[in-house]
Amino acid sequence: MRDYSLTGPENAAARAKGLASAEWYRCAIPRKRMKELMQRRDGPAIRDTITWFAAIIGSGALLYLAWGTWWAVPAFLLYSVIYAGPSDSRWHECGHGTAFKTRWMNDVLYQIASFMVVREPTSWRWSHARHHTDTIIVGRDPEIAATRPPSFLTLALNALHIKNTIAELRRVVLHSLGRMTEAEKDYIPESEYPKVFRAARAWLAVYLAVIAACFAMGSVMPLFFIGLPSLFGAWLHLFFGLTQHAGLAEDTLDHRLNSRTVYMNPVFRFMYWNMNYHIEHHMFPMVPYHALPALHEAIKADTPPPYPSCWAAYREIIPTLLRQAKDPTYFVRRPLPGAQLEPSTSFAAAPAA
Amino acid sequence: MSNAGWIETCRADEIDEEDVLRFDHGSLTLAIYRSADGKYYATDGLCTHEQVHLADGLVMGDIIECPMHNGRFDYRTGEAKGAPVCVNLKTYPVKVEGGRVLVQIG
Ligand code: FES
Repeated sequence: MRDYSLTGPENAAARAKGLASAEWYRCAIPRKRMKELMQRRDGPAIRDTITWFAAIIGSGALLYLAWGTWWAVPAFLLYSVIYAGPSDSRWHECGHGTAFKTRWMNDVLYQIASFMVVREPTSWRWSHARHHTDTIIVGRDPEIAATRPPSFLTLALNALHIKNTIAELRRVVLHSLGRMTEAEKDYIPESEYPKVFRAARAWLAVYLAVIAACFAMGSVMPLFFIGLPSLFGAWLHLFFGLTQHAGLAEDTLDHRLNSRTVYMNPVFRFMYWNMNYHIEHHMFPMVPYHALPALHEAIKADTPPPYPSCWAAYREIIPTLLRQAKDPTYFVRRPLPGAQLEPSTSFAAAPAA
Repeated sequence: MSNAGWIETCRADEIDEEDVLRFDHGSLTLAIYRSADGKYYATDGLCTHEQVHLADGLVMGDIIECPMHNGRFDYRTGEAKGAPVCVNLKTYPVKVEGGRVLVQIG
């Protein structure tokens, strides 16, 4: 198995092969059109944020009313999925600074969504920046969800966000003590450390307040409103997130070969804030989520055919991961329009020596 | 006035208001801006976070936003406005003569 860590030999190997901070393929698009697509707006994200929080409050009220009966179980699951499912995409879009036109709105929702999805805001901002610079470059990208061979145990645990949460809580404690991990030092500049430490301490204070509330009320109910929903609703963002890159090429410099664009229904697109247009998002990360369908139309002639549904994507992903469990060199080769039909062999992934 | 160190770049009307254009001169890459009030500015063309051309980014008021990770600079002064850009951009004097944008690089 290749070493997916950022501190192992693959990091230097990727740099030696020219795969780090490299120039990526980009579909041609006139500057005027691109400027239109990059324009920021507040309206769509304000509307979506009000809708989201209204749904959280509504399902939370149901949970509160059902508390003490068996109806609390479905109410909790509903509340969790509404709470945690979209928190990933809100964290993501606001991290890019593109969700709203008004900067403070991005920043406020980013902080709230980071807490809800259990991702420390500053560390993950930098980790995600690296994911964009070196998308699915082994040894460089800290956000490779499906390794080769895949770890089904990790994927199963992350359906409940367990592994991520344990790792994150460990880091929160570490950061609140004023320390960073070795991997983080690879992608977070030192000048950002104070922000990391401050956020970790704020998170600890919130967790302690929730625990104190449990004691004060003599009930675990507060934990079912803040804390546990991040675990029990995580399956939805894993379900969306795995469609992004799982089973596709590693170490290629073309997002059309390592990312998927999947058509989804309007409810999913609301929850996922259009990140199903994932090739488009990676190729032009500064295009806001509400403009991704238009960007898709603008470049789709130069991208592989989109997957018509989640079902179609998973019909490819599941057998691919099963096959990669036995043959880690296997990956899905996406057909490119025009002459180039396969990933360039020089960048095609090979198992590390 | 001497034109030593000045290079002729693009036509002034080649850049829209509130927009940016890339101009390469040997190994030097510049980003040349035209503000909403019709003034011209020039900075290094590559972001100080990573080697990304700022001319692919978005000009919003006095800010150029990098197309890669949302790094923002004041293109008039080169000031980095926060993470992930921590290092300021180099700026260059600019003048417009005979409908051309001249930049002093030396
Ligand atoms: S390359 Fe410009 S912000 Fe990262």
